[in-house]
Amino acid sequence: MSQTREIKFKDLFMSLERVISRGKLVRQLLPFGSLILIISILSALKPDTFLTTDNFLNVLRRSSVNGIIAVGMTAIIISGGIDLSVGSMMALAGMVGAWVMIVSPDWIGGGANPQGAALVFGTFVGIFTGLACGTLNGVFITKLALPPFIVTLGTMSTFRGISYVMNAGKPYNVPHYKYLNEAVVLGLPISVLIFAIIITLAGLLLRYSRLGRYTYAIGSNRVAAFHAGVNVDAYLIRIYALTGLVVGIAAMIATSRAVSAQPTAGITLELDIIAAVVIGGASLSGGRGTIIGTLIGTLLISFLRNGCTLLGISTNVQLIVIGAIIIVAVAVDQLARSKAAVGQTE
Amino acid sequence: MIATAPKNRLSGTEIALHMRKISKRFGPVQALSEVSITIRRGTVHALVGENGAGKSTLMKILAGVYQPDSGSIEINGKPQILSKPGEAIAAGISMIYQELDLAERLTVAENVLLGMEPSGRLPFAISHKKMIAQTTKLAQRFNFKIDPTAVVEELPMGACQIVEILKALMRNASIIVMDEPTSSLSESEAAMLFEAVRALREQGLSIIYISHRLEEIVGLADETSVLRDGRMVHSGPMAELDIPKIVHYMVGRELKDFFPTGVPQASCPAIRVRVRNLSSANGIEDISFDIRAGEIVGMAGLIGAGRTQVARALFGIDRKTSGTIELDGRKLQINSPTDAIANDIAFLTEDRKRTGLCLELPCSWNITLPNLVAIGMKNIIKPGRENKIVTNIARRLSIKWSGPQAPVDSLSGGNQQKILIARWLLAQSKFMIFDEPTRGIDVGAKKEIYGLLRELAAEGKAILFISSELPELFAISDRIAVMRRGRLVADVNPKKTTAEQVMHLAALVSAKAEAVAGVEAAQ
Repeated sequence: MSQTREIKFKDLFMSLERVISRGKLVRQLLPFGSLILIISILSALKPDTFLTTDNFLNVLRRSSVNGIIAVGMTAIIISGGIDLSVGSMMALAGMVGAWVMIVSPDWIGGGANPQGAALVFGTFVGIFTGLACGTLNGVFITKLALPPFIVTLGTMSTFRGISYVMNAGKPYNVPHYKYLNEAVVLGLPISVLIFAIIITLAGLLLRYSRLGRYTYAIGSNRVAAFHAGVNVDAYLIRIYALTGLVVGIAAMIATSRAVSAQPTAGITLELDIIAAVVIGGASLSGGRGTIIGTLIGTLLISFLRNGCTLLGISTNVQLIVIGAIIIVAVAVDQLARSKAAVGQTE
Repeated sequence: MIATAPKNRLSGTEIALHMRKISKRFGPVQALSEVSITIRRGTVHALVGENGAGKSTLMKILAGVYQPDSGSIEINGKPQILSKPGEAIAAGISMIYQELDLAERLTVAENVLLGMEPSGRLPFAISHKKMIAQTTKLAQRFNFKIDPTAVVEELPMGACQIVEILKALMRNASIIVMDEPTSSLSESEAAMLFEAVRALREQGLSIIYISHRLEEIVGLADETSVLRDGRMVHSGPMAELDIPKIVHYMVGRELKDFFPTGVPQASCPAIRVRVRNLSSANGIEDISFDIRAGEIVGMAGLIGAGRTQVARALFGIDRKTSGTIELDGRKLQINSPTDAIANDIAFLTEDRKRTGLCLELPCSWNITLPNLVAIGMKNIIKPGRENKIVTNIARRLSIKWSGPQAPVDSLSGGNQQKILIARWLLAQSKFMIFDEPTRGIDVGAKKEIYGLLRELAAEGKAILFISSELPELFAISDRIAVMRRGRLVADVNPKKTTAEQVMHLAALVSAKAEAVAGVEAAQ
């Protein structure tokens, strides 16, 4: 009796030892642990301003634009690619959406101060613009067989250029376009709700759909995926197109927040997004990454920014802190991975 | 295969290396338990064992990559602690891994002297003249024929091995470990490598030679050590051993019926696969052959003869420039692997790491990858059912894993191969192409794969079996198609042909040889 218990205990200990030696636990818990740590520290330092529902909702609302785009970027990075054009794409989608609102015919509410159905119409056109831009990226990458880095570096410049040219560098003002920023549904700001829905859908899609499975396979070994009958080009186009779609959605939320579409929106946004995805444990060489990781990565950066602001640390210093965190996060991840690799040999 | 028998002139009574009672544990796995091995100076010492027997672990300990949990190492009589690879190299130990470790864009001389370049006249400059001279001198000492100015990526695999050896020699290696050096070499390149190994032995170096190809070892090794399940089960002079004995030590049982005896059926069922005038942009011309249901057609040929290219064209990877493929009388339009799979064709690649597996992904994902639609998961994946399907098929192939979610790269080579085979079993294809299915896997797994091939044939599948190992081709195939320089030159009956005749057909030759072989040339 006591002997069996002893053996069981030994088994338990061994499996625990294996989990730790494989570094999996460390890797999975690290971003989440850091998030909790940052929230705890800030709560202790600024209980009255940080630890309030209003502030939390504020942080979530601010995260929603980045977070929504990061979802798309996660899929692209898992597939072994990258999209540098998301910031410019966001500006362009917002500009096109707002422009359509303004040039819509009177009877649906178009005009200098667009309202009513024109706003809805413009929103959908803006989102569609994102989808089209993403599709374009995907088609260039697959049909011209160019590296995603190069293609999206090019479209980053092109999309930005078009945004500037559209209204000679000036924004389009849409003063009545407030819904996506101000509406509250089910007690949550609608942007946060949309963020939550997209996160959930994307998480399920990556985990339980053929598209998701192929995304991992293409990122892990593109040639092998092709040889296993995966229509790599078609799926890559879908991944970039869907990313364009969510960028379009984020663009309209950002437009609503500013009640205007800015041609300068989202400059260097792509770097923040990539940082969030990488902090969340995705590998730039492909095949690895999760939506939940990206969510944590996004929140980590947002809370850090928020906390720094509350503590009176300047945005310039925030850049330094965030840079350091990216490097530490990836370094620790690598360390855990190399431990895991040694544990697995033989 | 290997010409000369070992000269039993163990110049080595002097001991070059003594590893004593080495133990190593990885988590719950005891990889090595009290393994001792003695390597004499001026000898070739073969190290054999099934995959996972502990060969790599033992050698990585010798290379300073791993630290043993207990045990000691003596090099030239001096106790040594090798706590990192640099210390092992300093102690005169050089490893030549299966995947070569060369800078492909650099020349032979630059590789040989990498990190120890002789300085030139100007400060910080290096002298290419001296590099070439030093490399040439070293190569001449061992009678290696190699051009020091050649760029490595343009060299054949066999020459790359020589570069690795030169690199080791330049660093004053006295013990060179070679891990499966011939696995990607052609027969003639292998012969060249064996010459090089003998030259090293003549000069008093010790070679630890790891190989799955036991025929090689018989011709080359002076002594042989056999590992099984992390223990040294035998270590002694080669003169006292032969292949059956080695196999016996390796697997701990006799492999009397190494090849399945299941006689291919005499009856003539319908032609399942009909290939006519197949040519591809990748250098194969005018290939025509038939495979009947339940038939295994072996495909022989030298490396570069275009065997894999035939498979790639059939499977829609390479663009066809002409030709038709029919399956059960139906003409197929195949322009991509997607088309091929949809038309019940399977292709087991020879290069499982590069073109077969997604290494960091779970085993189950790798197995179901081309089959998601076929198992009814076109849109939504049901992990529970997926695991069940995969576990069943893994049981049939006796795959050793910690579970269907284990990443493929945590498995041994043989089990990785079985994951790929499981993938194509699940696809239930009618026409299966196996390209070198037994490469780099151990004896036990090989035997299982032979049995499986015959089993699949018995189920009525048409099988194209590409292999560079003639014994297995002869044992398994109902017919053997021989490729030479992109063409199918003969189609022979293995019962009426000898391995020598097939080699002749593959390697050269005159019309006379073809007449001797008594073959009807293929269409």
